[in-house]
Amino acid sequence: MRRLQFAVLGVAALAAALLGYLFYIQSQGSSSPLVQIGGDFTLASSKGGAVQSRSLTGKPYALFFGFTHCPEVCPTTLYEMSGALTAFGGAAKDFRVFFITVDPERDTVEKMRDYIANFDPRMEALVPTIEQLPKLASDFRVHYAKVPTSDGSYTMDHTASVYLFDAEGRFAGTIAFGEAPELREGKLRKLLGL
Amino acid sequence: MVLIRSLTRAFCSAVLLSSVLAAAPVHAHDIKVGSIVIEHPWSRQSPMAADVAAGFMIITNTGSEDDRLVRATATISSNVQLHDMKMDGDVMKMVELPDGIVIPAGASVELKPRSLHVMFLDIVTPPKEGDTFAAKLVFEKAGTAEIEFEVLNPNAPMDQ
Repeated sequence: MRRLQFAVLGVAALAAALLGYLFYIQSQGSSSPLVQIGGDFTLASSKGGAVQSRSLTGKPYALFFGFTHCPEVCPTTLYEMSGALTAFGGAAKDFRVFFITVDPERDTVEKMRDYIANFDPRMEALVPTIEQLPKLASDFRVHYAKVPTSDGSYTMDHTASVYLFDAEGRFAGTIAFGEAPELREGKLRKLLGL
Repeated sequence: MVLIRSLTRAFCSAVLLSSVLAAAPVHAHDIKVGSIVIEHPWSRQSPMAADVAAGFMIITNTGSEDDRLVRATATISSNVQLHDMKMDGDVMKMVELPDGIVIPAGASVELKPRSLHVMFLDIVTPPKEGDTFAAKLVFEKAGTAEIEFEVLNPNAPMDQ
């Protein structure tokens, strides 16, 4: 039993160290993080058809994971990103911002299409199948979990950061939820070379 | 003559003072029920096609005993819950509060973005900026408060 406890503690310490290192790398703004974030995907799109991650290379892009039954983090983040796109105008005409649902049970392509229509037209919603979601989330180090509610339904916990990728398709850092507008704008300007 | 002028001045000051005093504590949105005072209930426009919204306000307990917001109902939603939102690192966590929200004696509790809120689910028609909608808050001791939420723009409170 003792040994098991030590093993669990050891794994937890390793995980904490890895996480700390990840945040360190990120905070240094390193262009080549040692920890791979991201992976190949082909996901159904609100604009029809599917989006392949490989086809995105060549232009910077951003990903945000959320769900439409989200009262706070998702609309706020999407309005902020939408506002930034509008503010950058033509200078960000090739910048694509994707909203990926972590709740494919309820967020159908149609639902996501109607939802994303509230925002800048450069924004696009992607819908993984229930089967695709675990690997996708794991590739992007995205945490998501169903939390049951008293009405027999559920809400979702999820990673609330925006993931940035440069024109080479490399992970280029995150924008945290609630980050100061100047910081957010600075990161986007750097990513877009503005 | 001097006396009349002083009296006039005193009278004017008194009128001015009383009007200031009368204006200060009155707020168009304040609602009182028992020892509970509810200030400025507000919500914000949800994206179209969303079927959720959140409600915020400041609840003050002027009494000497703790009270508890037990549940809420609203015209826009058949399914209203009391929630808290927390950030755990970069993960957003939504927590339902089945035991309600305690309003300690003599204290104020603010329901605000990124924190405690009334959660409206299964909304058929999301409220738009400029709308108002009626709701009832049920307190364990103070009873039921009938309030009206004012719907602000989607970016509130950043614009406030």
